[in-house]
Parts: sequence; C-alpha cells; structure tokens
Amino acid sequence: MTEPLQTLLERAFPDAAELRIEDRTGGGDHFQVTVHSPRFNGLPLLEQHRLVNDALAEPLQNGTIHELRITTRGTE
Amino acid sequence: MSNLREQIQGVIENEPVALFMKGTPQFVMCGNSERALQALRAAGAPVTAVDILPDPAIRQELSALSGWPTIPQVFVKGELIGGADIVEELAATGALEEKLEASLGSDYRSARSEQVVPVA
Repeated sequence: MTEPLQTLLERAFPDAAELRIEDRTGGGDHFQVTVHSPRFNGLPLLEQHRLVNDALAEPLQNGTIHELRITTRGTE
Repeated sequence: MSNLREQIQGVIENEPVALFMKGTPQFVMCGNSERALQALRAAGAPVTAVDILPDPAIRQELSALSGWPTIPQVFVKGELIGGADIVEELAATGALEEKLEASLGSDYRSARSEQVVPVA
C-alpha cells in the first residue's frame, strides 16, 4: 500500500538521505512519512512540509491518504 | 460560497490563534486535530477553534485560501503556522511560545480562554 506514495516521494526527492513511509494502522490510509533531504536545508518547517504535501498532492486530493504525519529534516 | 470564504478569512485575520479542526475542543474527531490542540494548550495559546466537519465546503474554501491541503491548520495573527506535526515540533523546541509572544505580546496567556466559533 505504501509503494505508490514511495514512488511519488522518490520522484520529488531523488537526493533524499532518508525516505520512509509507514502505514500507521495497516488500513492503507494513515501514513507516517519521513524525509531527510538537502532540499530542506535552510527552509522553515512550513515550507519543508509544503514540499512533501506538494509531492503527495494527488493522493491527498483523491482521499487515498486519510491522515498524514510528516517528519522532515535537512541534511546539514 | 464567497460568503463562506469571507467568514473563514475573517476568523483567520481577526482571531489571535485560529485552529481549524475536525470536531471541537470538547469533542475532537481526529488524532491530528487532538495533537495540534494539545500543543497549543500546552503553550497557553488563546485558541479559537473552528469545526470544519459540518460542511465539506469549509475545508475546500479553507484550503483554497491557505494553500494547505490537510486538517488541522493553525494560524497566528493571520499567518499559517502549519498542521499538527509542525505545531508539535515547534512546541517541543519552545519556538511556538516564542512565536506567540512575538505575535501576540508577552501576556498572551492571559488573553482569554478557548472558544469555538461557527462559520457558514
């Protein structure tokens, strides 16, 4: 269930040092996403999360993702 | 529809701390809304809550205004702070209290108690 999301994130963050998706409930709609990427370096948290939301815009829009938790870090 | 958007905009602009959530502080309907609420409470924020569940249009209009796709959404003095993860992380580092003090003044904790306002 996490593979399509993994693909979207890998496309958006090809240089990620860490990229993980966890199905929190096993139901395929509550996810924890963890991304460590140099793209986040120097960005406020709001903008870091916005990049993740943008990458997952479609599954967020169509209801595939019911609940999303995001943890982001730069690599500096 | 535009009336609804104006009401949402009004809450964002006029309330010191606006929390758009699923349910109300008395009856929270979502884990992330609960996390955001608890982080704001721990920081002593004067929360004005809006329940987005009564009408799907509330969420649509809110996200169109804020450019943020998920619920909850927290605003301080009209500025989008983020969702549950961001608010929790800012609360953990003390940055949330700093932000509240900088935006609302050092006596923000005594501003007033939690309230719920309807839109639509």
